[in-house]
Amino acid sequence: MDLRLMDATATADEIAAVDVVLGPPESGWTGGVMTAADTRLAQGGYHAAAAQRHLLLPALLQVQSEIGWISEGAMNYVCVRLQVPPAEAHGVATFYALLSTTKRPDRVAHVCDDVGCRDRGGGAILEAFGDRDDVVPSPCLGQCDRAPAVFVQRAGESDVVLGNSEPMEVELVLGGGSAPPPPVTAPQVGDGSLRLLRRVGVVDPAGLDSYRSHGGYEALIQAIGMSPGEVIAEVKVSNIRGRGGAAFPMGIKWEGVAAAPESERYLICNADESEPGTFKDRVLMEGDPFALVESMTIAGYAVGATKGYIYVRSEYPVARQRLEGAIAAARDAGLLGSDVAGSGFAFDLEVRSGAGAYICGEETALMNSIEGYRGEPRNKPPFPTQVGLFGKPTVINNVETLMNVPDIIADGGAAFAALGTEQSTGTKLFCLAGDIAAPGVYEVPFGVTLGDVIELAGGVTGSGVLKAVLLGGAAGVFVGTEHLDMPLTLEDARSRNATLGSGVVMVYDDTTDFRAILRRVAEFFRDESCGQCVPCRVGTVRQEELLARHLGGESLDADLLAELAQVMGDASICGLGHTASGAIQSALQLGLVGD
Amino acid sequence: MNEVALNIDGVAASVPEGSTILEACRSVDKPQPTLCYLENLTPVNACRVCVVEVENNRLLVPSCSRPVEEGMVVNTDTERVRHSRKMVFEFVASSVQMDLVDEETREWMDYYGADPSRYGNPAASSLDRDSRHPGHHPIPDGSEAANVHQPIKVDNDLYVRDYSRCILCYKCVEACGEDAQNSFAIAVSGRGFDARISTEFDTPLTNSACVFCGNCIGVCPTGALMFRSEYEMRKAEIWDEDEQSVTRTICSYCAVGCNLDLHVQDNRIVKVTSPIDHSITDGHLCIKGRFGYEYVQDLGEMASTPIDIVLARARTT
Ligand SMILES: Cc1cc2nc3c(=O)[nH]c(=O)nc-3n(C[C@H](O)[C@H](O)[C@H](O)COP(=O)(O)O)c2cc1C
Ligand code: SF4
Ligand code: SF4
Ligand code: SF4
Ligand code: FES
Repeated sequence: MDLRLMDATATADEIAAVDVVLGPPESGWTGGVMTAADTRLAQGGYHAAAAQRHLLLPALLQVQSEIGWISEGAMNYVCVRLQVPPAEAHGVATFYALLSTTKRPDRVAHVCDDVGCRDRGGGAILEAFGDRDDVVPSPCLGQCDRAPAVFVQRAGESDVVLGNSEPMEVELVLGGGSAPPPPVTAPQVGDGSLRLLRRVGVVDPAGLDSYRSHGGYEALIQAIGMSPGEVIAEVKVSNIRGRGGAAFPMGIKWEGVAAAPESERYLICNADESEPGTFKDRVLMEGDPFALVESMTIAGYAVGATKGYIYVRSEYPVARQRLEGAIAAARDAGLLGSDVAGSGFAFDLEVRSGAGAYICGEETALMNSIEGYRGEPRNKPPFPTQVGLFGKPTVINNVETLMNVPDIIADGGAAFAALGTEQSTGTKLFCLAGDIAAPGVYEVPFGVTLGDVIELAGGVTGSGVLKAVLLGGAAGVFVGTEHLDMPLTLEDARSRNATLGSGVVMVYDDTTDFRAILRRVAEFFRDESCGQCVPCRVGTVRQEELLARHLGGESLDADLLAELAQVMGDASICGLGHTASGAIQSALQLGLVGD
Repeated sequence: MNEVALNIDGVAASVPEGSTILEACRSVDKPQPTLCYLENLTPVNACRVCVVEVENNRLLVPSCSRPVEEGMVVNTDTERVRHSRKMVFEFVASSVQMDLVDEETREWMDYYGADPSRYGNPAASSLDRDSRHPGHHPIPDGSEAANVHQPIKVDNDLYVRDYSRCILCYKCVEACGEDAQNSFAIAVSGRGFDARISTEFDTPLTNSACVFCGNCIGVCPTGALMFRSEYEMRKAEIWDEDEQSVTRTICSYCAVGCNLDLHVQDNRIVKVTSPIDHSITDGHLCIKGRFGYEYVQDLGEMASTPIDIVLARARTT
């Protein structure tokens, strides 16, 4: 393609940052110094460069991380290296909250003021800093168990995460100080009867040997002794459903891809975990990263994929680093690569970072993001099992879903299904936070009641009187005390017009200002809408405006809110629009707000 | 090609396999409203005004892009469909200036009873739409309805961009990119309500990859993209479509044979379009056919009509 580039040139530092991701340029035509030999080439590698478009976001992220922002010169260099039109690269860069196309302070603190943190110190930190341009509000950072959470981007240094933070500590880090990563906490640590959490807090997340000494990789060895079809059959017998929110049967997805006529297939682990109130996948990845690597290797074997991606949100630097360590160690040990455990099966994994976009957790938006396009969801059908990443059949599963695979293989699908109910098999992680004594991730068999998990986490704090629970996240619904007896299963949730979503159990006492919480939820959906379709792009704005009016003292126009909810639910392209009014509508029905 | 039989509002329809529901609707004389759909572009199904109810589908379905299936039962005028269409029109019209949309769209808005005023007073025009950061917005107090109103971009002699009128239908991006021009001068930037059509870093068109083919103008449904001549004449209040004639001719620059529709007012060419249903270029042109018409009306001394004066003044300022 004959690209018209910008006039700006990159600095040496910017070029170096991009070259970390892309390597040195092939020729003078694609960003290198033009040599006499280059001028005699008829085509200087444009096609090869353009085929690397999937490295657009990694390259932009690297510039952001090294330099602190993305200048016209840096963008121009990325464009010539990847042969991406500058207008499109700009469209991609301006899609993500953690990328900046204008100069800004070298250190920026993103302070969570979302549904978990705002009333637990997040709001107070923001207030303490006023309108300083290096302290900005953030949607949920996936650390609701250690509210308030803060994420600091640091130019030239790795990003840091602060838990149970205070203004003083934030000031310290902004001023050049650093902070150790907060420890992984799992309240049930050491309980060997657990499935998903049994190694968390017990195993060394950086040690392959430690993982193996806790039973790690036994399932993979077992799986490669089976045929791919047998592996899928066990998964189908287990009747496990997705834990990312949509609860789709995993076996059916796998079967679809395994049966696809194309031989190029992909596996993706969705570790974007940005649903407000959710932090279970972080705990799994930080505490037991090898288990995810093993799980994905088994999944890749079953569906015939040779490449898997783990798409982790940028706000999880610890998870990313541990996963990369685990992948490298597995590769060194021959458990990934051209000949997995001597079976002849070739499979490898790559971690990709998000850049601050909840919508990139939607499976097709995630694929566009990996491919180097804006994270806009695709129209379905076709579904990813038919046309997925790079247009190829793709299995995409949530972290927690995948982490069940080794037990399904080791114990058999039937043993897996022995826990839980007939329709909701196995165990489920719930993220308890808010007004609760011992916040954290809890693993229970499906069917335990809502009241029981709240008790398991030590019961309601604050005033001690429960008012409502936000179940399933911002995309879920509020339920009142009359549902404490609800068995936490997919079918019971459905029959009560609720959802388990991603496993959020955000507890609110009776002193909560729900008008403020709801306006924050509305703000979240407005900020995170990709903007592609009218019902969601404008509907989320109008919804926030109506709630803002109510917060300002006007009576609530519930009828108009319901009209907005209907069109967003009926006519939006993707799940973000479909669920953007669910929590708000449920709060109205519960009488948490309104006149 | 195989025919697919389906039922639309109780009427039997039969269309070739691979047709969309919209095409099937049209085949039985049931037109549907559309905003982001155009025959010569790939459907992006983003506006959602064409949604219909399809039996056994939980969600409404965009008719412009969903292929028909044997035995499909489609309803285009149910309560749910009417509600969604009305709301989409209200959402668009409460956030975008819509006074230049075509008559058909206006009729649809009336048909569904769209009332954009019920979201409150429109907010004032804003100067920062090109620099808004994704994931952040000023917290509203609800006293006014947010919109995309902003100053018009006039950075060249050939056409202007008035993004206060932009409904983000993606048509111009498609026409500039893979569907026609392959220039990729403009793309969608930003996110959510702050998403916008933009060159890289909002650089002027003259500094961008734009080749001034005007194909984006040709597909824009709202008048956001407009010939400079039309813009200046409207501003001077001398644009008068009732006084205009349209003459079909063939571009004389090269041998491709693109058809041109010359819009003439007061014996002056004031804009050039190309028929979308023409097999040679499906309505797309290059800069010569689109804008290279001055030579046929090189009037020298005689250039003194109000149009000449308005356009001459615009050129010198
Ligand atoms: C707006 C939106 C955000 C989502 N975010 C996530 C996420 O962060 N993690 C996740 O696993 N699934 C997320 N999903 C669901 C995915 O689209 C997809 O259903 C899931 O990754 C499939 O995996 P599973 O079947 O194992 O649950 C999201 C969906 C939507 C609509
Ligand atoms: S529903 Fe919202 S997030 Fe989903 S495609 Fe539409 S605008 Fe984007
Ligand atoms: S005039 Fe042509 S090249 Fe320029 S922006 Fe429009 S479609 Fe693209
Ligand atoms: S400028 Fe016109 S064609 Fe382009 S997106 Fe906006 S309304 Fe559509
Ligand atoms: S015309 Fe179908 S979605 Fe816009």
